[in-house]
Amino acid sequence: MTAATWGLVIATFVACFVEMVEATTIVMAMGFTRSWRSSLIGTAVALVALAVVTAILGYALTTFLPESALQLAIGGLLLIFGLQWLRKAILRASGRKAVHDEDAIYREEVTAAKAAGKGNGGLDMFSFMVSFKGVFLEGMEVVFIVITFGLNAKNVPAASIGALVAVVVVLILAFAMKRPLSMINENMLKYGVGLLLASFGSYWAVEGIGIFQADHQSLTWPGKDLAIVGMLIVWFLLSRVFISVLRKPATPTPATTPAPAEQEIAK
Amino acid sequence: MKFLKSFGAFWYDFIIGDDWKIAVAVVLSLAVLLGAMSMSLFGEAGLTVFGGVVIVVAFAISLAIDVRPKNKKN
Repeated sequence: MTAATWGLVIATFVACFVEMVEATTIVMAMGFTRSWRSSLIGTAVALVALAVVTAILGYALTTFLPESALQLAIGGLLLIFGLQWLRKAILRASGRKAVHDEDAIYREEVTAAKAAGKGNGGLDMFSFMVSFKGVFLEGMEVVFIVITFGLNAKNVPAASIGALVAVVVVLILAFAMKRPLSMINENMLKYGVGLLLASFGSYWAVEGIGIFQADHQSLTWPGKDLAIVGMLIVWFLLSRVFISVLRKPATPTPATTPAPAEQEIAK
Repeated sequence: MKFLKSFGAFWYDFIIGDDWKIAVAVVLSLAVLLGAMSMSLFGEAGLTVFGGVVIVVAFAISLAIDVRPKNKKN
């Protein structure tokens, strides 16, 4: 495997790992408090729906869009998505936003599950729907990352392998520990994914601007794929600068109580 | 109908998220790059580097705007 392929596999693995931890927390909360059977059926239906969406989206994108348009559209979306993650990571690392807490999310889900009434039928619709929604929505982000990375790097299988390995690893961990995977430093992982998405996204979006040239050919960065590493370094340095600047208190007032907006457990 | 609403909300959250300024920064920076390309300001290599710089600067500005009001409140 080339360095670019390894980068692709690692990027999709880490991104998928983070999303899977979140989805697993929701499914475990439903399983332990209500019905494992209904939760797992909801998970399975969500996985089938995700597979269908992946196939349709992948086919449509590769069939109807020229390469440079694909790079611009998908690179642009990836860039926006990555910068949102990077922004959250910077705000969390500088103490301006509450860190993602799987234990708190688990407790919230358990409380909601206990508060909801029990159904009469064989299938507990509450567990089913919450598990389906959790897995589908978190999974959509994975699908998006796998498709965008895979298509732009012309290696969907490598991107899929990275995602699949992450699914298996998270499931093994969850099965072995039988509790939410709160020991995983999810905020650090999200910081890393944000850097990767921003780097790949900016690389492809800029390349894709070539669609507006007379020959519709993609622009070429100096150093080609190496430019991704360059962008990664730039994004990392920029984020460290922001984190160190934002960590300093703006005023000398002893603001020990965070604002309500900062107390919320952000997704 | 409910599904379409949820689907739309999902994509809104996906693209706009909780800070619309990032999407605006990306779109504006790509528009600036397009303008530079149409005016033939740089060669191809220079254009890509310029694009990268504009995106980084646009994100930095959007984040600076994002954190500035909070500083004033504190």
